[in-house]
Amino acid sequence: MNKIVDATGKLCPMPIIMTKKALKEIEKGIVETLIDSEISKENLEKMAREMGLSFETTEENGIYHVKVNKVVKSQEETENKDEKTVIVIASDKMGEGSEELGKILMKGFIYTLTEMEKVPSTILFYNSGAKITVEGSESVEDLKTLKERGTEILTCGTCLNYYGIEDKLAIGEISNMYTIIERQTDATKVIRP
Amino acid sequence: MKFPSNECSVGGCACKMGPAVLSDLLSTLPTLEDKNLIVGYEKSDDASVYKLTDDLAMIQTLDFFAPMINDPYIFGQVAAANALSDVYAMGGEPKTAMNIVCFPEKMDISYLGEILRGGAEKVAEAGAVLSGGHTIHDEKIKYGLSVTGIIHPDKILKNYGAEEGDTLILTKPLGAGIIATAYSVGEASDEAVEKLLENMTTLNKYSMDIIREYPVNACTDVTGFGFLGHAFEMAGGSEKSFILEKELIPYMEEAKAYAKEFYITSGGQKNRNHLGNRVVFNDVPFWLQEILFDPQTSGGLLFSVKSEYSEEIMDRLSKLKIKSSIVGRVTAKQKHTIIVE
Repeated sequence: MNKIVDATGKLCPMPIIMTKKALKEIEKGIVETLIDSEISKENLEKMAREMGLSFETTEENGIYHVKVNKVVKSQEETENKDEKTVIVIASDKMGEGSEELGKILMKGFIYTLTEMEKVPSTILFYNSGAKITVEGSESVEDLKTLKERGTEILTCGTCLNYYGIEDKLAIGEISNMYTIIERQTDATKVIRP
Repeated sequence: MKFPSNECSVGGCACKMGPAVLSDLLSTLPTLEDKNLIVGYEKSDDASVYKLTDDLAMIQTLDFFAPMINDPYIFGQVAAANALSDVYAMGGEPKTAMNIVCFPEKMDISYLGEILRGGAEKVAEAGAVLSGGHTIHDEKIKYGLSVTGIIHPDKILKNYGAEEGDTLILTKPLGAGIIATAYSVGEASDEAVEKLLENMTTLNKYSMDIIREYPVNACTDVTGFGFLGHAFEMAGGSEKSFILEKELIPYMEEAKAYAKEFYITSGGQKNRNHLGNRVVFNDVPFWLQEILFDPQTSGGLLFSVKSEYSEEIMDRLSKLKIKSSIVGRVTAKQKHTIIVE
């Protein structure tokens, strides 16, 4: 179902509120809003963008026609769009047992991440995991590759201080408990090797 | 005729003309050189300052706008607090004030009485004297004041001069424009409106009385150009960059929900357009961006002070009714003038 909203002569926030209301009233389809202010047009486009809806704007005799397309997203689409995989590395070793083996496995784990088709959105390093992101760590190059592909690399600042390596960070940013919790809460999947 | 609050977003500082349009116009005006004019409009400061003698300068400012609230008495208070604020933003003390009024011929004159009463009360609270005014008939109500204050010429707080390593402090929470917009369409809760009114009617006198005891490097009040607009003017004028921390930005709680509902103004969008890519956002959610660009009416003071004083100042400011917050720090000039992270 399509709707036309005439918001000419109306000031912000009215054009936005009228369009939002019209979008609510239809299940799917196009809401075409007519407005005569460029700033209101920009606010309307901003709203559409923020709502994740596509839009198209044309201008005719000083009147903007903003067509906002309300689509019903399939479940798969919604899932893909919001997928956030967070990897938590809480130790410089992977698994229990031999310390030497644990370190080899961790290095292999990070290397293999670079080989994956999809990289994680964030990797969090804390406790002795913080030793992996500093100078001298054999994983720094792999982490650089991941960062270039869009992975956020965060290392716990308290941990760097504790081990006395705060000025040796070689990749990514220093982080705090707030962000460490926030990234895990917002994640769709948390992996702890 | 009933007392109207704004027909949508034209009330309060949201009706201020955009900064881009103004700076172009002003730069073409003929000017007379006068060395005693210490602060003119070239640095877009809050008020003009004219040196009278070696130890006395006069601060002049005027501000007026349309109602953003349907209570004439409160509107008078807000308009006066807002006009007086420019004197405080310069570090000065208001001394005299004159009313500026546009009022419809057919409207109940008692509304005007209420507006003026609200304004006069705030002028008195500021310790200044109401010395006159000018009223004309007009289709729509507008009210404000022209305020004159004094200051020692060496103690003027300009809106530039921030130094590397300074701490940035803001003395009122943001979101006034967004809550007023929600109010204008009948969507604001009573609680939100109450917070908004307390925020807008509180004089910046109380925070300035504390601030002026410290070696502050720059100060301005946050009004129509939004927090980022005024922060940008300060950073740009100081030839520095500001790093603002998103977790520290203070806002009235309801503004978050209302921004998410898109109760946003054209003023906010104009401010966004004006700053464009001179501001960089690192993972700042949409609603917070809107709050950062939101035009404020009678907003708080934003000032830059050596970080060694910040704890003591915050300690004293936190005893006031409206809470102040540290919002960021000053760095050497970087590619971007304002970084929100």
